[in-house]
Amino acid sequence: MDVNAYIDSGILELYVAGALSEKENEAVYALIQEHPEILQEVLAIESAVLKLTAAASPAEAKSVWEKVKSEIHEAPKETESPKVITLKKAKYNWVTYTGWAASIVLAAGLLWTLNQNRTLKTDIKTAETQQSELELQIEKSRNNLEETQTLLSVLRDAEIKQVPLEGQGDFTNTYAKVYWDKDQQRVFIDAQGLPDPPRGKVYQVWSLKLSPLTPTSLGTIAQFDQDANKIFELPNPNDSEAFGITLEPAGGSETPTMEQLYTLGVVKAS
Amino acid sequence: MDLDLLVKQFQNKDEKAFESLYKMYSESMHGVIFNIVRDDAIAEEVMQDVFIKAWHKADNYDAKKGRFFTWLLNISRNAAIDKTRSKSFKKKKQNLNADFFVDIIETHESLDRSTDAIGIAKFVKKLAEKCKAVIELLYFKGFTQQEAAEALEMPIGTIKTRNRNCIKDLREMVLK
Repeated sequence: MDVNAYIDSGILELYVAGALSEKENEAVYALIQEHPEILQEVLAIESAVLKLTAAASPAEAKSVWEKVKSEIHEAPKETESPKVITLKKAKYNWVTYTGWAASIVLAAGLLWTLNQNRTLKTDIKTAETQQSELELQIEKSRNNLEETQTLLSVLRDAEIKQVPLEGQGDFTNTYAKVYWDKDQQRVFIDAQGLPDPPRGKVYQVWSLKLSPLTPTSLGTIAQFDQDANKIFELPNPNDSEAFGITLEPAGGSETPTMEQLYTLGVVKAS
Repeated sequence: MDLDLLVKQFQNKDEKAFESLYKMYSESMHGVIFNIVRDDAIAEEVMQDVFIKAWHKADNYDAKKGRFFTWLLNISRNAAIDKTRSKSFKKKKQNLNADFFVDIIETHESLDRSTDAIGIAKFVKKLAEKCKAVIELLYFKGFTQQEAAEALEMPIGTIKTRNRNCIKDLREMVLK
């Protein structure tokens, strides 16, 4: 930077006059720090202007300093008045803080109420779900009761023939019972004494004619292991003389697999 | 004494430092204020206010933003101009003398005050009219470069160089 050209530009005279912008002032200040010759120039300008302006003073104003001095000595008194202002401020602040506190409490209360409302709504939904579950259970129980009543009526009916089926061959420890409702052309198989069939196998119920031995399938027992009381209803339009239960591949077979004959019982002539 | 140190002590509420600064600058500020208000009593009143204000607002001064002298100069010019705008002032002084600072200096009878004052009085007599106006606006009235350029209907650059030459003459007169 050409310091002499900078000095000659006249910017420093304006700097001392206070005629520059704040930004320009800061730029000059920065250059003064770097270049002592700029500072010297500023001091010379300032000194000249100081003398010029002083020359415009008509007379020395000696009493002014005494007044200024006593005035700044009274400053401590003045610092007492801000205390009063502080007190006023405190009052103002108290009201403000109370206001804020109240609004915060109010907001918190609102939020709490909203939250409560949401919780209650959830509770209602839960209760509704529980209620519908209970209703389902009641219905289920009713159905169970009906089934049980049907079974009871079947069991008590004198017309129903009870045919105990005994374990055969390797399966002597198994048993079953057939309740044959001839009028309604149906049988109820009480399969309590049969083990759960292995995977991929089903029990198949057969109606038998004895001479000659002719088996007729009454159907397979589906979902054996899922039935709690192990009583299964199957249609039986046949004039059966005996009943047998065999273990067959899933879906059942055309003819019974005699090796897998679990139980067999003959209808007693009435 | 180092001026920067003095100013710092003043900012730390050192009364001795303040008194030193007052001695250095009060006459100059008085001249500037008087040039604006043109009344002895009012000028003293304004000057008193200016230095009290400077004491209380000492923290506001920042060397980065300008010279301490310039800071005081601004406070003085603003206080004096504010005074001329007050109701009480307007009642008292219907018409302000439109003359420049040079008239005050030229009409001084107390030229025995200092050799500087004599030098300045001589300088002022020789001063070109355009110099008078530029110095008046920039130093005594606190016009910005732009405002001075508009008031004197001159390009900004001309203000800058003319002022430089005027101050150069002044320096030769009073500093050598």
